[in-house]
Amino acid sequence: MESNSKNIETKYMDRRAFLKVSTAAMGAAVASGLGPFQTFQTVNVAQGAGSSDKVTPFRFAYISDSHLYEKKINDRFVRALLRAVADVNSLEPQPDFVFYGGDLAQLGQPKELELGAEILKEVKAPVKMMVGEHDWYLDMGEKWRELFGEPVYSWDHKGVHLVTLNSVVERDFWTARGMTAMERMMTVAGLDNGVQSPFSVGERQRAWLEKDLAGYSDDTPLIVFSHSPLYKLYKKWNFWTDDAEEVQAILKRFKRVVVIHGHTHQLLTNRIGNIHFHGMLSTAWPWPYAPEGMPELTIEMSRPDPFNANDGCGDGEVHVQADGLVDKVYNLWNRTPLTVGRAYTASWGKESVPPKPNRASY
Amino acid sequence: MVKEIAMRNESTVAQLMNVLLCAACISVIMMVTGCSEEVEYTTCDGRGKVTVAEETEGQDLADAIMAQWKLENPNRNWVEEEKERHELKPPADNSALLEGQQGEGHTYGNYTEKDLLMWERETEKLVVEGSRIFHSAQLLKSQVSVSCDMCHPHAANTHPETYPKFQTQLGRVALLRDMIHWCIDNPVRGEHLLPDDPRMRALEAYIMAQRSGTMMNYGKH
Repeated sequence: MESNSKNIETKYMDRRAFLKVSTAAMGAAVASGLGPFQTFQTVNVAQGAGSSDKVTPFRFAYISDSHLYEKKINDRFVRALLRAVADVNSLEPQPDFVFYGGDLAQLGQPKELELGAEILKEVKAPVKMMVGEHDWYLDMGEKWRELFGEPVYSWDHKGVHLVTLNSVVERDFWTARGMTAMERMMTVAGLDNGVQSPFSVGERQRAWLEKDLAGYSDDTPLIVFSHSPLYKLYKKWNFWTDDAEEVQAILKRFKRVVVIHGHTHQLLTNRIGNIHFHGMLSTAWPWPYAPEGMPELTIEMSRPDPFNANDGCGDGEVHVQADGLVDKVYNLWNRTPLTVGRAYTASWGKESVPPKPNRASY
Repeated sequence: MVKEIAMRNESTVAQLMNVLLCAACISVIMMVTGCSEEVEYTTCDGRGKVTVAEETEGQDLADAIMAQWKLENPNRNWVEEEKERHELKPPADNSALLEGQQGEGHTYGNYTEKDLLMWERETEKLVVEGSRIFHSAQLLKSQVSVSCDMCHPHAANTHPETYPKFQTQLGRVALLRDMIHWCIDNPVRGEHLLPDDPRMRALEAYIMAQRSGTMMNYGKH
């Protein structure tokens, strides 16, 4: 708990104090290869080049898409996040860190984000945060950044270079429409709301990514985190990143790239060239599968039972192996956990096929 | 002094498209205030008032009244706005009915473009209202801020075409509306709707409309 408390406490400092501590912590972060709760971009500059292609296998856990309302409004999603926290805290040995996949809040309300931060304080392992659209579009990330720091960062860990992106950048659809901040938030919060714009990583972040990766050799294994899948699956629900091809092009030279994403709330597997994609489960609710464009490698989970509020939900783990690829564990709360192994994606689905559910996803 | 302003009653398709405009202006009451230079008009809904120069007439007068009505009804384009937000499927195209010779004197023999437009608009309006409710925790009166679209974007995974069917979890045969009831009562914790409640009718309409083109297959699990 001690290291975790230290991480989280920084969130409640005022910004100046936080920056000061953060700057001081950079050296330590570089030395340990594992930053505090969030890492600033400057940390990467300090790290620079020279990462080894030798990976010490390690494991991290993930929790994603909790969509918290304030407890007094709806405690179901709160209880679900608590369950996930209990899950990751009960892992023995403890994971190296817990990655949070975005959409901590439902409507970006300060109280929702604060509640989420408070619950995540209980996570024993260090927590790494990623932003989702539900966290962002009320105040354009102000509260989220206050609590968790900058949303785009990278770090090295046991021979792997890890990058967290903000892939939920939307074009300004609200100004011309004269929307209030809450109207903008409500628009983005609707998965099937077509008024919003497609997600993207954006030019600025792509430039940062190129610079961030510049010092790493092609042999360095990469793990990239994005809230939306870094490919184009289904535009109408933003299971989509509009500049996915440009981002993929930046990652192309690396031999081993794993992208872990949130937003889709389901078992989702894909591979494009050298990039292996895995979705994260939500703690709040499962989404239906996109009606078209499903990646061939995806083994769809069978349909969730609406009469069981936890079915189709869960959390999971990522086992990073010596070759830099990952075994992705979907810890489905109401079902047998399922692992999509690296041999499956590496063989384009020919080997180590995960057990298919006995029923279709419907 | 009070006098009625009569609007020309044109029955063109274009005018039907502007039905809101007509509704707002068709029975506008003009009331002359004490001042001889300005006149106060009340819109047909009896709520809005607009003051214009006495000599204002014709299109200028209609525009002034319409502008006032628009000001007071910011959600007047709710049908178009909801269609834009949630990409509703359009009702079936009946334009073939206008082809060929039109019969006389019975319900299914004689159609005009106006008929088709009226059917479409009225049907679509019910569906659009359903979409509004489906996507709004507020309209569902959810006590936990949950709306239908949070699990069913574009009404996905609702499968109205499979009802009636034996709903295993309920232990009996269910209609689509039974499942809507169940969802409203449980995850949504909203207001329980009677089967003939206009909101229930609208929700059914929306869900059915979104599955347009799917083969009916009752009893399917």
